[in-house]
Order: sequence, then C-alpha cells, then structure tokens
Amino acid sequence: MNQTSIPASTTTASAEQAFEFCARLNLTLLTGRRARDLAEMAENLRSVPGSVIYHHTHHFLVQHQHLSPEPPNDFAYWVSNILLERRLGEELAAIDVMRFATIHDLRAALVRVIEANLERTREVRAAPLGQEFHFMRSVSFVLPTGVRAAGLRELRNALAYVSRSAISYHMFDARLRLERADNDFAAWIEGQLGEHALAEALRTIDPYTHTEEGLRRKMINLIDQRLGN
Amino acid sequence: MSAKLAEYIPIVGEGVVQELSVLGARLAGKTVVNVNSTRIGGGVAEILGRLIPLLGEVGINARWEVVEGTQDFFALTKHLHNALHGTPHTFTAEDRGVFDNTTARNLERLDLRGDIMFIHDPQPVGLIRKRAAIGGKWLWRCHIDLSAPAPGAWEFIEPMVRQYDLSVFSAPQFTRALAIPQVLISPSIDPLSDKNRELSRTEIEATLLRLGIRSDKPIVTQISRFDRLKDPLGVLEAWQLARPRVDCQLVLAGGGADDDPEGAEVLREVRDRAGNDMDVHILDLPPTSHLEINAIQSASAIVIQKSLREGFGLTVSEALWKSKPVIAGAAGGIPLQITHKYSGILTHTIEGTAFWIKQLLSEPEFARQLGRNGHNHVHANFLLTRHMRDYMLAFLLLEHPDADVIRL
Repeated sequence: MNQTSIPASTTTASAEQAFEFCARLNLTLLTGRRARDLAEMAENLRSVPGSVIYHHTHHFLVQHQHLSPEPPNDFAYWVSNILLERRLGEELAAIDVMRFATIHDLRAALVRVIEANLERTREVRAAPLGQEFHFMRSVSFVLPTGVRAAGLRELRNALAYVSRSAISYHMFDARLRLERADNDFAAWIEGQLGEHALAEALRTIDPYTHTEEGLRRKMINLIDQRLGN
Repeated sequence: MSAKLAEYIPIVGEGVVQELSVLGARLAGKTVVNVNSTRIGGGVAEILGRLIPLLGEVGINARWEVVEGTQDFFALTKHLHNALHGTPHTFTAEDRGVFDNTTARNLERLDLRGDIMFIHDPQPVGLIRKRAAIGGKWLWRCHIDLSAPAPGAWEFIEPMVRQYDLSVFSAPQFTRALAIPQVLISPSIDPLSDKNRELSRTEIEATLLRLGIRSDKPIVTQISRFDRLKDPLGVLEAWQLARPRVDCQLVLAGGGADDDPEGAEVLREVRDRAGNDMDVHILDLPPTSHLEINAIQSASAIVIQKSLREGFGLTVSEALWKSKPVIAGAAGGIPLQITHKYSGILTHTIEGTAFWIKQLLSEPEFARQLGRNGHNHVHANFLLTRHMRDYMLAFLLLEHPDADVIRL
C-alpha cells in the first residue's frame, strides 16, 4: 500500500528545526520479584512500576532483534515455553502494543488477558524450579548523538548510519514511554517538511513486527521512494 | 596487548563506538577504582585487563587494585566462594578474624582515592567498612550465583553488601532479595582477543597439527576445566554413544589439573575411560593457551558445554561467536545465551547430548543455521563493547538512583 501512496520527487522542503538524533541505552535492574505461576504473574503485573512493563515488552526487541517477529514479549515467552500454556501465550503475544498510547493501558490489557485465563481454568501450573519469571525494569539513558538532519535526504543518509538504539528511541520510546502521540520520524516529516503521505506511511509501520535492522531498511526504502532513488 | 576502541568499529559499527565516547565524556575525569583479588587468571582479571584501557580511552581514569592476603585468607575465601554456591561449610569466629584482619591490612596499603569504588566478588567486599573515610560511591560486582547458598555463607558477607550503593549480577537467577538496587550486567567476550579473533586457515591447521588433531574427520569439542560439574565423562559417554552412527573425533581440552587435586583425578578418569581410542584427544592445556583454544573451537563441527552447574558459561559465547552449533546443559547463564533449537541446543542428559551430536552432524544446514543465529545473538549481547557500555551506565546510575529515564 505504501509503495503506491508516496509520490516521488527529487526536491523536498527544508526543515526550520533540524531532526536531532538521540540514542537510548537501557540498563536492566532486577526488582527481586518473581512469579512461579499465573496468579503470581497477575498479582505482580498489577503492582510493578511501569518501567517493568516497558522492559518486558521491549527488551526482546533489542536482545533478540534477529529473532523478531517472534517472540514479542517476555510474558508471552514464559507462559508459552515455561508454563506450556500455549493458548494464553498466544493471546499475550497477540496483544497489539501499537493500540495503546500509554504503559498504563498496556498493563491493563496484559492483566485482563491473564485474569480471563485464570477464571476459565481451574488448574494453575507452576514453573519448574529455577525457571520462575524474574521481574526486571529498564532505566533508559537518552543521549544526543550529535547527528542532525535538516532535510529528507539528510535524514535518509543518517538513518543508514545511526545505531540501532537511536532508531529504537525515536520509534518505540517516543510513542509509548514518553507518551508522544506519534513516532518522532513521522512527526518531524509531517510537521517540519509537510510530507503528509510519507509521514502517514511511517506512522503505520508496526515496529513490533520488525527487527531493528528491518525497521531501518523499511524506513529508508519509504524515503527512497519519495526521493525517487 | 589490548585493542583500541576504533578497532571495534568494523565489528560493532561506528554508532556503538560513538555512543561509548559520548558516555565517556559524561564521566570524563572521574576516577574508578577496580578492586579484585588477582591480576592474572580467571574471567574477572581477563575482562578488567581489556576494559580498563578502553575506559581510559574515553576519558575515565580507571585504576586497578588487587587485594593481598595470606594463604589462610585465600583458603577462607575459596570456602566462602564454594559455600555461596551451596557447598556446606562452617564459618568460625577465627574465620571472621582472618577476613577482617586481611581487610584492615588492605585498607592500609591500597590506594582507594577515587569517585567510584568498583569492588569485584567477595574477597575485597569488606573494604566498604572505611567508606565514610574514603568517600565516593560504592559498587559491588558479584559473579557468583547467590540464589542457594549454604547456611552461614550469605550471612558472612551480607552486612557488608548492604552498605554498597549498587550491586551488579550476571544473571537474574543468581540474585536474592537485597536491600540495595541490583543491576543485571552479563559478562562478555572480546572479539579481538587471541581467544576470539578470526584465525586464518593456515593458523588453525598448524595448531591442530601441533596438537595431534586430524582434520579429516568432524571434530566434536568441549573446552573446560577437568571438573565434575563440567561433566567431561558425560561428554565422552555421549560421544561414544553417537560415534557408531557418525564418524567423528572428540576433543576434551582444558586446564586446571595442575593445581587442583580433584581436577587431576577427573583427568585421569577421563583418560582411563577413553583408553587408546585414536579419535579421542584429551588435552591438558596451560591457562595461556588462548590461540590453541581458538583454533580448536574454530575447527570444530560441534562444540559441547555439558555443564551440570555453571556460572555464566562464557565458553558458550566463545563458540557461538565462531558460528558453531553448540550443545549445552541448561545450567547457570547458558539459557541466556542459547534459545533451544534456535541458537543452539539445550540438553539435560547424556543420551540427549548423543542424540543431538548425531542430528547436527547429519543435518549440517540446520547446524549452520543454529551457529548463525548464535553468532548474531552474541554480536548483539555478549561483546566487550556492550559490557563497557553497561558499566558506564551503572556508573551514571549512581548519580540518579531513582530515575526511570535519564537525559544525558
């Protein structure tokens, strides 16, 4: 769909305000909380800090970026592969993170799916010893990379060069963790360059179904189409 | 000779190295004093030896101090190490005296002037008692699995640990409830070290020739100390079960038999059990045999790490980095490195290990895919540059202990 919706042109506008690439580096902290079964999982999910929900729904994208598009979050992975609750695992994996504007809403959705499962099953399976779920949280460090883009061509060239963590920050964190309505690339391309069709194409990318390198390629391809490359 | 940061660019990319420089700039001029118990031998010393020059390159004044102690002290800390891993031991008032006296002597002789005290493992943990006089932030790096200590072992160090600002562990399952924040930082391998750099075919073949290993048959290898917890006898048995179906050689290479009576005994048993089989190569290598280990791993068709208990198990990362299919016991940090049937094989029995030796030798394309995925996983998670980044982030966290998002 995107391939036909972006008209190609070799000339594009310049931005008044340059796009400043930031990188996001995460450090993982252990909370000391563990879950042995689904009841403990649900109980913890209700009360852990938001940074725990963020961690377990996003770190897989970094650590196992080559594994994508599966498995999208740690909760689904543990439920499917350790508790062997395949149906619930599938339901958790299918939670569409893009639908949620805040971590708060995402947490509620995770709890809802697990509670529904607890209501319909009598048997609560426990994880084998040593394979409990360990709740962790991410502390994010945001740092300027010094890379700037004043126009579309510069943005395209920078996208090819910046680290994966920069792509992640502007795609994932900007929207869900910092609760901006949009990913930063789409917002800047629309607001600064007036490129509505391209912004829309970038906005509709579901980053959770791509590896970070796949995301990078996808965005570059979309911009290349616009630039007529 | 350790490498310069720029030499990592072809491996990890310019963006990653640039991030390290940016983080370094935020910490420039800070003095980080690392303290451990040995300058040579062991994973901690190996990593510090390579990290400290790199931290210096980005502007951090990283120093390295080593605690000294009597034989009594190191005998005690060996017991403490084993007891923290679960081996029963009774700690007496005399033990406490030995520990405290050695700590006091080291507090007098070590230069601990700095902004961040980075204390590695239990031997130097007691230095914290002079925290008020020394100042700075204190970080305790624990490489040990503390989840199931023998009674008395954790109690021996806990009153000291709780005085630190931050602790660092290698795997989530190694931790226990602590009063201080815990950071998860996996150890790493250095892709430019002799043990992990890419070797030429000539270098590999010359080394194999020197070690008496032929290259006309597939090689199945386990690199580890001759220690019962690494189960070399189990590896031999698995190989013996597999060999009637797949013609291959077995290499069991490692060290530690010289200064460890149990290691010598295990080595003898393995040799007895192997008999005169020309396809079994049992090599007792000195600890400096990095190139030899690299060559053996690089030449192997399969690498095994059949540990019954394990720390992090960095030999797995070493083999995966060389894109080898790895069959490993699901112990310690190994499941963090291998996703079963995706980036390697996790087994629980001798028979299962034999089964997968046969499968992987018979299905080389599947084996290659495991190796490729394993290599990518190590590339993303277990290289020295990631380790350096995480340490710098932990140093920065000391300045913002309660934040979720920190803008630098």
